[in-house]
Amino acid sequence: MPQNDNIMKLNELTITQAKEGLQKKEFSSVDLTHACLKVIEKAEPKINALVTITKDQALKAAQKADTMLANGDNLPLLGIPTIIKDNFSTIGIKTTASSKLLDEYIPPYNATVVEKLEAAGMVMLGKANMDAWAHGSSTETSDYGASKNPWNTNYLPGGSSGGTAAGVCAQETIYGIGSETAGSIRQPAAWCGVVGLKPTYGRVSRYGVIAMASSLDCPGPITKTVEDSALVLQAIAGHDPLDATSSPSKVPDYLRDMKKDIKGMTVGISDQYFVDGMDEEVKKSVETAILELEKLGAKIKKLTLFDPKHAIAVYTILQRSEVSSNLARYDGIRYGKDRSFFGNEAKRRIMLGTYTLSAGYYDAYYKKAQQVRTLMVQDFAKAFTEVDVIASPTSPSLAAKIGASSENPMFGEIADMLVEPSSIAGLPGINVPCGFAKNGLPIGMQIMGKQFAEEQIITVAYAYEQATQWHTEKPHVA
Amino acid sequence: MVAYSYVLKYNECMNTIDIKRVAQLASLPITPEEEKKLEKELTETLDYIATLNSIDTKNVTPTSQVTGLVNVLREDVARPSLSQEEALQNTKSAHNGFIKVAAILNTD
Repeated sequence: MPQNDNIMKLNELTITQAKEGLQKKEFSSVDLTHACLKVIEKAEPKINALVTITKDQALKAAQKADTMLANGDNLPLLGIPTIIKDNFSTIGIKTTASSKLLDEYIPPYNATVVEKLEAAGMVMLGKANMDAWAHGSSTETSDYGASKNPWNTNYLPGGSSGGTAAGVCAQETIYGIGSETAGSIRQPAAWCGVVGLKPTYGRVSRYGVIAMASSLDCPGPITKTVEDSALVLQAIAGHDPLDATSSPSKVPDYLRDMKKDIKGMTVGISDQYFVDGMDEEVKKSVETAILELEKLGAKIKKLTLFDPKHAIAVYTILQRSEVSSNLARYDGIRYGKDRSFFGNEAKRRIMLGTYTLSAGYYDAYYKKAQQVRTLMVQDFAKAFTEVDVIASPTSPSLAAKIGASSENPMFGEIADMLVEPSSIAGLPGINVPCGFAKNGLPIGMQIMGKQFAEEQIITVAYAYEQATQWHTEKPHVA
Repeated sequence: MVAYSYVLKYNECMNTIDIKRVAQLASLPITPEEEKKLEKELTETLDYIATLNSIDTKNVTPTSQVTGLVNVLREDVARPSLSQEEALQNTKSAHNGFIKVAAILNTD
């Protein structure tokens, strides 16, 4: 194991760097895993990114990976440590969705994403903390305590994949897996200054993911670089017969055109996404980032899009309605504790969703929201005939202070207004770091594309990332 | 009679919510304090989402999911699934290889 302190610590590597090092036999998977576990031990009391640490399983998997590497096996993510959001079922390993209701639940099967990552040779360090049931944009609704933002532990990492984002940001792992219904990958990635990729709805299987809103949920990677997110997406994307909304469309090679320049690409921007009252530093940072895209050769085109403010109402209804249905299975009989163990936020959402689906109200609420959804889908489809991708701030604000989310019943939905439209339309989006505020908190820009345009948004994000230094910054946690 | 009173409530004010009834529908045990809190919070939320009424959706088809996929089927062939043991491993109420539940039929 390298002893020189000047060498980048192994836990700080990207997937690309780790793969290279493993191939060149500069270090082993066990070395990588030990490095991550050491940082986890030191950082976790401050960051609380993980609900479960799977130390023994991780080291066993790393040993197996090292044997395979020695045999010349070249699986895409072989021997690379990761953390996985605790709503992904992992066989034999407690899976809680950060809710006390499931704190004794041990899945008898793996989520498809977990199966695919195992087939790709992953080493799982642990299960990451989240807003309980993914109900939130802060990680404060977790029954295991909020995770903290590694840039400043008085602040939140965002959510609901806040544990994953915090863990990646704090260099506890090489990469992470999150899920997004509306914002839950992109927003914590923005607040933590890392890359978060929400794929097109249906691109990655939802099977085995504890369901939040079935027409919106999307598993996806949270990584240190854009290239890493492409590598992970490559491993987890694809049709799954166990998920009826899983797309049968062919999975392209996400790395093939990643390094292409963006000259001549048209990037759409909309004033409506630079909302009144948004943080001034976020606004300036993203405006500067868009100028950078122009310098790189992209054509910037102003668009008028469906007002994202309407997305808040649409998303609130769709999500809470589907949540009420999906959480009906938690009867405390087959698994889990009884329904009195739901936290306040879960209760709020179940109640609202039950109401909006109930007889006499279904048409006024759920059906109406689905109709507006159609209008939003059409609006984006029209926009993408004029532009290749759309750029905007990911979050209108910087990371919030601890305690911010507790008394506002719509905190999450309002905070996520800039990502909700693309989520409602099932479109892909990627957050890439684009600056820091004076107080040291990160700022993120998102690139959105039409359905199955992950390659394009990856190319644009990569070009921006490589022209800037934001992705090389790391917080000092110890 | 119950249906009629619901129609009345609907016409009187779109944004009142019968918390007790909704909690019953949702099988959610809630305390009287929670009832008050939830009524306030949910009314706030309902007022917020009422903004959708300003959007014209006449003749617009609802979208339930965006993939365009319909009737996704699989071959009608029996396949291995969870074993009985695996299926029971998380229940606290097992008996003779079954999940034991409260009685719902009464022959009295």
